[in-house]
Amino acid sequence: MSTQTFGEPVRRNANPRLLRGEGAYVDDISLPGALHAAFLRSPFARARIKTIDIEEARAHPGVVKIYTCDNIGTLDNELPLLVPHPSLTGARTQRPLARDDVFHVGQAVAMVVAVDRYVAEDVLRLIDIDYDPLPVTPDLEAAASPGSHLVHSEVPGNVAAEFEQRSGDPDTAFVQAEHITKIRVRIERSTAAPLECRSVAARHDGVTGELTVWDGTQAPISIRGGLAALFDIDEDKVRVIAPDVGGGFGQKVMLFYPDEVLVPYAAIELGRPVKYIEDRQENFLSSNQERAQIHELELAATKEGEVLGLRDSFLHDTGAFIPYGIAVAQVASTSIAGPYRIPNIWIKFKAIYTPTVPVSPYRGCGRPQACFAIERAMDKLADELELDRLAVRRRNMITPDEFPYEREGLLFADGLPVRYDSGEYIGALDKITETVDLDAFRSEQRAARTRGKYLGLGLACYVEGTGIGPYEGGQIRVHPNTGKVYVNTGLAAQGQGHETAFAQIVADQLGVPVADVIVVEGDTQAYDWGVATFASRAAVVSGNAIYKTAVAVREQLLKRAAEMLEAAPLDLELIDGKARLKGMPERSVTLAEIATLANPLRYGFSEASKSATQFAKRAKHDGPALGEGEHPGIQAQDYYSPPCATWAYGIHAAVVEVDPEFCTVRFLRYICLHDCGRMINPAIVEGQIRGGVAQGIGGALYERVEFDEEGNPRNANFMDFLMPYATEVPEIEIVHFETPSPLNPLGVKGVGEAGVIAVAATVVSAIEDALKPFGIGRLLEVPLSPSSLHAALTDAEAYKDQYARET
Amino acid sequence: MNNRRPTASMPRSTDPTREINLTVNGEPISWTVSTRMLLSDFLRHELGLTGTHVGCEHGVCGCCTVIIDGWSGRSCLTLAVQMDGADIRTVEGLAASDGTLHLLQQAFHEHHALQCGFCTPGFLMALVNYLERTADPDLSEQSIREILSGNLCRCTGYQNIVAAVRQAAALMAKKT
Repeated sequence: MSTQTFGEPVRRNANPRLLRGEGAYVDDISLPGALHAAFLRSPFARARIKTIDIEEARAHPGVVKIYTCDNIGTLDNELPLLVPHPSLTGARTQRPLARDDVFHVGQAVAMVVAVDRYVAEDVLRLIDIDYDPLPVTPDLEAAASPGSHLVHSEVPGNVAAEFEQRSGDPDTAFVQAEHITKIRVRIERSTAAPLECRSVAARHDGVTGELTVWDGTQAPISIRGGLAALFDIDEDKVRVIAPDVGGGFGQKVMLFYPDEVLVPYAAIELGRPVKYIEDRQENFLSSNQERAQIHELELAATKEGEVLGLRDSFLHDTGAFIPYGIAVAQVASTSIAGPYRIPNIWIKFKAIYTPTVPVSPYRGCGRPQACFAIERAMDKLADELELDRLAVRRRNMITPDEFPYEREGLLFADGLPVRYDSGEYIGALDKITETVDLDAFRSEQRAARTRGKYLGLGLACYVEGTGIGPYEGGQIRVHPNTGKVYVNTGLAAQGQGHETAFAQIVADQLGVPVADVIVVEGDTQAYDWGVATFASRAAVVSGNAIYKTAVAVREQLLKRAAEMLEAAPLDLELIDGKARLKGMPERSVTLAEIATLANPLRYGFSEASKSATQFAKRAKHDGPALGEGEHPGIQAQDYYSPPCATWAYGIHAAVVEVDPEFCTVRFLRYICLHDCGRMINPAIVEGQIRGGVAQGIGGALYERVEFDEEGNPRNANFMDFLMPYATEVPEIEIVHFETPSPLNPLGVKGVGEAGVIAVAATVVSAIEDALKPFGIGRLLEVPLSPSSLHAALTDAEAYKDQYARET
Repeated sequence: MNNRRPTASMPRSTDPTREINLTVNGEPISWTVSTRMLLSDFLRHELGLTGTHVGCEHGVCGCCTVIIDGWSGRSCLTLAVQMDGADIRTVEGLAASDGTLHLLQQAFHEHHALQCGFCTPGFLMALVNYLERTADPDLSEQSIREILSGNLCRCTGYQNIVAAVRQAAALMAKKT
């Protein structure tokens, strides 16, 4: 491979296998003799469990075992609080199976293990539980108000955490302000809804004591560590495999969902493999969700639109438990000032328990909410000051010479200061304005209005701290017989294309085709140092670890090849799977030969070993085969630990047409300008962005997990929980900016969440712009359904005159 | 925890069964199935054709789409016993026996029209069925999106799938 592949839209190595239907997701893995688990879940949002009667269920044909909190040994405890924080005043996490109390509809109460899933589900109906239902307050705002019913009786006010941060001198800024803009926005709860639900299977070998767990997780290494600790088994005896995983978006990095500990437990106890495949309803009832927040934000500004200070106080719905601590709210609070200078900031949030499905990060992790709050406020500020929306943004954007830009006093979710490392914010704003062709749009908008058509333009900016630590590793080996390159890292993939992007990094260093670099991850037996896939960190953290390792392997190859070819390493190049003398391509050795020769023991198994042997006579025979500090083979291992997050950013713009009569929204254009530093594979980057925008459109217009006043989910299925299909997602134009990150050798920033963050703010801004002629009020809640749009319109006088004649 | 060894006396399901005869990817099959077994479970767990995926089990997401007697259908809403005498095609039957990708699969590969790959077999089967019956080399963007609207994808944002369909439609129409 003579050309650099970094930056090229290389087709993915994984595609052909997945396209032929040869993927191996957890439920595809055949486990002969496997038993199947099903869960009995609470039908109440809050109740006391008086009795659990399993006698009739136990007698049903096909049942092997029924588990309740009484027969799961030491697992009958609250599961770990993953991210402790001093602000947590009443941190509660769930138990694998409820004891005494249930805290949300869907909480697991019993697990049935039976010969097949059909029987296991039959038996759920035969378990008799006597509940004493308790009153609830499921609504976030009501739950945070005095007199609300408590989720956890020992946690007053339902306040799980309260946290305040300050940067600069916000009080003085507000005193000095010439204008103050206030805004209150509400973002509803949503869910990741990966198309493969969660899944776990386990097999225990009674002879060797080895426990193997297949888990559709984003964090196999952490799951392994946790299972070893919970079961008190040596880590080397626990192997966790995340095989192909059908989407994750954050939902699959929980540690632990109850099934993730109970299925292995049952496999050990019953001596048979056990499998649990979550169904779609269960995914809505018990797999973590996110998004619900209510922000009250104020901007202190000059008359010219210079924002001097920001105050934001918000409520964050954490559901019935808070396993991730304040992570989501903290990310929201530290992203609140966006790409703007805003030197004085005060933020405060309360994380509130509600008797609903627990909350943990879903793609975006608090940023879509923060972006919606600040960007809606910037629109309002501009309108109140009678300034152009874009001009106000431009005036406040951090300029390139101000980087690194630190918000002193604000700590990001990794506990490190918020410090933007690089960006071209104003350049990006200029570029997207040019792409939209603002003047042309405005005249089109005017013309359309004369025809009774309502067009609007919305625009929103975001920043995203990506690539947080603590670290990831890379391990690379060159295979002796084939010359193929095996790469390991401690992540798991759910469709991001790691196997191709990481292969590109290695291919460039070692001069081999991308297809000859085989990336193996998601299996603790292959590699077990690392953290997990989340927070847009794979390319940054694993990518750089693999890059550093590849550089070391390159040096090893050149050194060995130089010995074989009796040349200086500097005179060699790695190209087309060979090391060859520059200018004399016929003087070369293959990577297979180098790797073979690098092992002192080499039987003549293959052509590579036979030909490597001809070079062996040049090796010294006056000492041990491996010198002090040498190792056999061509292999290396290295790590990358980022100094702090690297901040990506972007700007979205949408042109929409709103039908004021039917309250429908049609996209005419959607443009995403983004900057994730240097791109490894633009096709993969664009795929990540478009998928994120689609989820963002869901959040802006459709997706809302609804609970009734008793805490019952009202739309826990794909019929009623609306997600965008191909007919709802427009063509998404993408503009790439590449400002390298100065923080890591590859200059990359994360992009996994970039697409989703600014969509709600962009779309709602566009709709508001379209409907300005009616004089509608501010649109401050998402998702913005046709009904809520209709309500906003019917409040507007001009609309009443025109459309509401008959109502 | 005690390490009980598996025993021969493990309980069994007492579900009633029935024999069915059908063709799957051109191969005749006789099988005894539980009368309430879903077609998706039959294909996946009895025949080992795990390329057919199950995303929602209520017929909305389209992941489980297979072709039944020439029409695309949801295998999660179909009982295996209903398939007595049927001719079924699954994603495993799309590529050539040497593994060469079908034109549509190749188009998905070239256009990066899949990410996690879970919804992909359902898209492929719904599309193959449509494109084989409707040879139209110039499908409009809007009609392609309408064709896709029975299948959910949570990763791609659909745009690359649209591009792949456009390419495959042109190539498949040329072949017919």
